Amino acid sequence: MRFVFKTSYAQDIQLFRDRMDAFWYVLLAAAVALLPVVMSEYYVGETTWVFIYAICGVSLMVLVGYTGLISLGHAAFLGIGAYAHAFFIKHGVPWVAAVALAVVITTACGIIVGLPALRMSGIYLAIATLAFATIIQEVFSRWESVTHGFAGMPVEKPVIFGVSFAHDTAFYYLCLFFLVVSLWLTRNLLRAPTGRAWVAIRDSEIAAQSMGVNIAIYKSMAFAYSAALMGLAGALFAHKIAYLAPDIFTILLSIQLLLLVIVGGLGSLHGAVFGAIFVALLPPVIAILRDSIPATLSSVAGATGLSLFGAIGEGVGAFLRKPGVEAGIFGLILVLVILLEPLGMYGRWMKIRVYFSTFPMYKRATFKRQKTYMRSERLR
Amino acid sequence: MTLNGLAVGCIYGLVALGFVLIYKATELVNFAQGDLLMLGAFVAYMAVVWWGLDYWVGFAIAVVVIAVFGALLDATVLRRVIGQPQFAVVMLTIGLGAMFRTFASVTWGSEIYTLPTPFSGVWTVGGVTLSHQYLSIVAGTLVLCGALYGFFTHTRIGVAMQATSQNQLAAYYMGIPVKLIFSLIWAISAGVATVAGILLAPVTLIDINMGLAVALKAFAAAVLGGFGSIPGALVGGIIIGLIELYAGATLPEGFKDTAPYIVLLLMLAVRPQGLFGTLGRKKV
Amino acid sequence: MSFFKVDQLSINFGGIKAVDGVSFDVDKGSVFTIIGPNGAGKTTIFNLVSRIYEPSGGRLVFEGNDITHVPPHRVAKLGIARTFQNIELFEHASLLQNLLLARHAHKQSSFFSELLFLPSVRRMEVEHREAVEKVIDFLDLQQYRESLIVNLPYGVRKVTELARALCTNPKLLLLDEPSSGLNVEETEDMAFWIQDIKNLLGITVLMVEHDMKLVSAVSDRVLALNYGRPLAQGSPQEVQSHPEVVRAYLGG
Repeated sequence: MRFVFKTSYAQDIQLFRDRMDAFWYVLLAAAVALLPVVMSEYYVGETTWVFIYAICGVSLMVLVGYTGLISLGHAAFLGIGAYAHAFFIKHGVPWVAAVALAVVITTACGIIVGLPALRMSGIYLAIATLAFATIIQEVFSRWESVTHGFAGMPVEKPVIFGVSFAHDTAFYYLCLFFLVVSLWLTRNLLRAPTGRAWVAIRDSEIAAQSMGVNIAIYKSMAFAYSAALMGLAGALFAHKIAYLAPDIFTILLSIQLLLLVIVGGLGSLHGAVFGAIFVALLPPVIAILRDSIPATLSSVAGATGLSLFGAIGEGVGAFLRKPGVEAGIFGLILVLVILLEPLGMYGRWMKIRVYFSTFPMYKRATFKRQKTYMRSERLR
Repeated sequence: MTLNGLAVGCIYGLVALGFVLIYKATELVNFAQGDLLMLGAFVAYMAVVWWGLDYWVGFAIAVVVIAVFGALLDATVLRRVIGQPQFAVVMLTIGLGAMFRTFASVTWGSEIYTLPTPFSGVWTVGGVTLSHQYLSIVAGTLVLCGALYGFFTHTRIGVAMQATSQNQLAAYYMGIPVKLIFSLIWAISAGVATVAGILLAPVTLIDINMGLAVALKAFAAAVLGGFGSIPGALVGGIIIGLIELYAGATLPEGFKDTAPYIVLLLMLAVRPQGLFGTLGRKKV
Repeated sequence: MSFFKVDQLSINFGGIKAVDGVSFDVDKGSVFTIIGPNGAGKTTIFNLVSRIYEPSGGRLVFEGNDITHVPPHRVAKLGIARTFQNIELFEHASLLQNLLLARHAHKQSSFFSELLFLPSVRRMEVEHREAVEKVIDFLDLQQYRESLIVNLPYGVRKVTELARALCTNPKLLLLDEPSSGLNVEETEDMAFWIQDIKNLLGITVLMVEHDMKLVSAVSDRVLALNYGRPLAQGSPQEVQSHPEVVRAYLGG
């Protein structure tokens, strides 16, 4: 077991817990930076999705995991950011300014949507954001002078100060850069009074208020900041997907983003990244399994002479090829995570770490959940 | 034309009623309600078209099957999350809904089906034509609501359900089997969704996404009426149905689908407790 | 001019007068206790003072300023802190985080300086930490500093509530049933702490309490309430032997 000796108050607000931690993060950063050298272009592209989803995850984590506000409409912010960015670069605005404008616009939308959030919580907020997202989606498909409606809107490749980021590897580094910046900024907020105020609102609004937190301001701030990050992610998303259409930014995407933060683990920034890895890589993994399972099993059948294996393989392959199966698998995972591991992948990761650091003294009871009794949320 | 709005509104009201029943009793918000409706319509379709049963027999089979399914769902999955943060529950039911849709698309495919009904004619009263289809929806809603009202006020189980939704612990101490009551409420709610699905089937036709759109509007209806109020859910549903119809007829294209949500957002901003709801405050 | 003055305070909940024309003065540096049977309106008075409820009549005057209509989050900045009867801690945060949040009223950093974690923010954070550590030392909470509140026993949570209120640097401290749920030993500790808060820190205390031993040990003045109306006011002994109070508690 490793002990951290604390000798000054400043130590508790460092970016990294100690030198050891910093070392590991630097190593991780180096590994991620070197990945494109060893990976094929296809995987570089898929990993870029991880970074973009991770920015979305950080955005939603601030709102859902730290401030305790539910949003079922975050895809709308992503869409606003994506369309705004694409619109501005199409009209010759420089890339950096276009991103800035996209962020400003989504932030403004975030504040507007956040306004009703000041008076309601829980389920009402979920439904209000759902309504907002539905309206925005309709706007995307009807406001054809800007969004080109269902005809779709092609997005130009990013060119920043004359440097083209059109190549997949270049774009990979661009997204990585923005992810690291978002993580750093968010971490800063979370270790400062603002982050504490958000957590306080999540756990007890009334106590937070009595300790001097202006609930209205901090809730709007959480919404605005979350929307701003979503706008940034939207700009990158637009380049990555290259062709914008209204039916990308549906409620299903919002739900997928929520799945991301839940599977990753609510209330931790690590969780946002873990969840992004999961959400971005699951579809390609399913695609690989779809082809490899029947192939493997039929070769097993060939080798053993048991045609049963071949049949099973065919069945699984056929099942995975049916439309809509992916959504069902996401649903199943969501249900299992909520029932079995409410802290998500980050929670599991913590348990594994504790297991090894206390080996062989690990006891399951450390993480045993206390029995919770029904606590009414009607009166929150 | 008002009849059409009224009829669609009744469907929204019925689905909203399902939300409210479950919410009142267990404080769970069931985002899979629309998918239960879809499953119900599919089961009825199977019974009537594939097995060639009578419409009413198919109707009954669907209601019973989905009601039992709802009760099982409660007993196996949802009971485990009572008392957990509402957010977890919302996501859980969203996940379940996605699974139901996948199940439906794997089982029945993504084609669009038509359920034949015995209601096909029209009545002409004073120059106004009333189609039997829409009349059947309104009549079905009225009958169902009357039956539910009678059930909740005049039977032992109904009264026990009301007691449970007021105070679970007290109900438990009075010897009411709270767990069984929860399952029953899920069964009723799923059954109501099925009825709504079958009544709606001739209007929107049956496909795997039919529940999603209805559920979203029904949410708006439930909130409009004040989440937790049963008459509110019905009135809210009818209001949403009428708004949708008149917005589609009089406003530019695109407002038909968004007008209910715009009204909802305005409502939430002005009177978040809805038309019939009350807004509580946490006691400290 | 009195330190804290409550003047003809009233509130109705749907026709029921939960608090009906209650007046009292709290002197600087004293411990003032409100007693009364359940439902007498004690906690309601606290909720009115911390501005969670809007009074239907009367005035609240703190240090000569009318605070009847200030928004609830301003109350802490004025120097009034409170604890909650049923514990309203931030459960999924560490004890330290809970106490640091209480420094919120003294926050000076802007959003953008926090976003970049400028040196000024770092300096303020260390200052807040020092203030919090003083309270931790005062209430002997060192060993729980890093624990999450959900993992702490009830007694410690109760002390944490007190610590959190003290971290706001209050002039007036509202304690809502500080001894409820505590065992005899913990209640004695609480009595010592309340005396220390009054004598060492010079903080005025307004308290709601049921435990009469604790009340007579620490209070300078006591107000007895029943059905939202004042019954008697005076020293602990006077109030305890007042015939109306005896009747309210014993019935009859």
